[in-house]
Amino acid sequence: MKALCWEGVNKLSVENVPDPELRNDQDMIVRLIAGTTCGSDLHLIGGYIPAMRAGDVIGHEFLGEVVETGPGVRRHKVGDRVVVCSFIGCGRCWYCANDLWSLCDNSNTNPGIGQALFGYETAGIFGYSHAMGGLRGSHAEYVRVPFADYGAFQVPEGIDDTSALFVSDSVPTGWMGADLAGVRPGDVVAVWGCGAVGQMAARAAILKGAERVIAIDRIPERLAMTERYVGAETLDYTRTDIAAELRERTGGRGPDVCIEAVGMEAHSDGPAYLYDQAKQQLRLQTDRPTAVRQAIHACRKAGTVFVLGVFAGAVDKFPLGAVVNKGLTVRGAQMHGQRYIPTLLEKLAAGELKTAHLATHTLSLDEAPTAYEMFKEKTDGCVRAVIRP
Amino acid sequence: MKKVWWTIPVAAASVAAVRKARSGRTADDRAGDRWLTVTVNRPLAEVSPDDLPEPLAAFPGKIEVRVRPAPGDRGTELAVRPVQVPTAGQTSLPARLAGEDPRQELRLALRRAKALLEAGEVLLPDAPPTTRPTPGGKLVEMVTRRAGGEGVL
Repeated sequence: MKALCWEGVNKLSVENVPDPELRNDQDMIVRLIAGTTCGSDLHLIGGYIPAMRAGDVIGHEFLGEVVETGPGVRRHKVGDRVVVCSFIGCGRCWYCANDLWSLCDNSNTNPGIGQALFGYETAGIFGYSHAMGGLRGSHAEYVRVPFADYGAFQVPEGIDDTSALFVSDSVPTGWMGADLAGVRPGDVVAVWGCGAVGQMAARAAILKGAERVIAIDRIPERLAMTERYVGAETLDYTRTDIAAELRERTGGRGPDVCIEAVGMEAHSDGPAYLYDQAKQQLRLQTDRPTAVRQAIHACRKAGTVFVLGVFAGAVDKFPLGAVVNKGLTVRGAQMHGQRYIPTLLEKLAAGELKTAHLATHTLSLDEAPTAYEMFKEKTDGCVRAVIRP
Repeated sequence: MKKVWWTIPVAAASVAAVRKARSGRTADDRAGDRWLTVTVNRPLAEVSPDDLPEPLAAFPGKIEVRVRPAPGDRGTELAVRPVQVPTAGQTSLPARLAGEDPRQELRLALRRAKALLEAGEVLLPDAPPTTRPTPGGKLVEMVTRRAGGEGVL
């Protein structure tokens, strides 16, 4: 079958690879209907995520049709249209049982690597390095889905493929940011990043009753999209002093909740960007925390900062003094999708969430390297490229 | 040059693991006989030392087993360690890299036992592989080959 493979830093190609097999009783195989580029893929394509091997199939946000089920699969049958959570959870360890699915104890086949990097391993994730389990990614004609009863969700009729696709990863990621940050009615929420995850975090904050939601980016198309489809206010950080603007819009208090949806390759137009870029390229730090620093400084006293962006290792100049002296709560997580996906499908069906607009481009699997190039360079207003086999 | 930079975090992680292992032996005078422990999200009655899953049952008479309820309704703590404390040579870095440290085998069995008790199966990696041998890939392969038997648990 055809699949999109990582061949080295900034090198992708479509290759013929062996078809996936049922390896465990609780596995199933799905035929890809649609997948999408994700910002976190750019980190591993660019060489910032450790433990990739040439030939690894990438991709983790996808929708498919069930074509084969293992004998231990109870909730799905051949022909079902399912959206699959990017993180894999066994459903029965303490973390899964407590809805902390991205921390599953039993879905990472290489736990020693995660334990060396983070102290404890994370759950496995499709196509996201051998540190995250080494499982094949979803940009392929067929995908093996482990623990299928827990990670795959039947898509109700009436929800189109493109809308459902983003419920695999970006929608629950954004929703989780607002949820675990504790957004309450009356809050002012600032969101850094107007990609798919940032937009969904902003929308979740609105649906949770935030009084004002202010989203920050520099790409005009993304800012316009966020205003139109999400209903948030927007700020262009290349034209505005963000800290001053947020103070002014919040009566001098600062946002109650700041959500960072940018990640380890943050951009800014200040000197901090050059500093972080130089240190990252010299491998003196693995991640650029530019947006995290700004969120921590901008947040009101005793407020909450939630880090949704993907970070892999260590950062420099982390403003711990601001965290302590302002009494902030700083929290982060990878996506506990299984916790949110059923509710989010209902909200999508009810029209409370809109996601189809995120799919600015649709390309074939053969054109997947081009899709990532457009996505990375944000050419032609690309927010998300949808990949179809 | 940039093409090889991505291997540095892997190497760093390996070095960190090695350093940790080394420092553990010099700073921890119980490193050889310390219990390897997992918490199984099952009640105490379902984690019997006399009826352990196959990965641990394969060590008859060679391991000590201890179970006790985990605090906060978190299930059952399952701990194992070799009856015969490994020698320094058996737990040395070369032995670990060669996969000959007996605690690696036991750690792997412990993890698999936990997975079987909780999820009913041990998740297997995809096969056949799609990867190709490259210098960086061989390093990752070496790390992943040992990853199941290494770690903090």
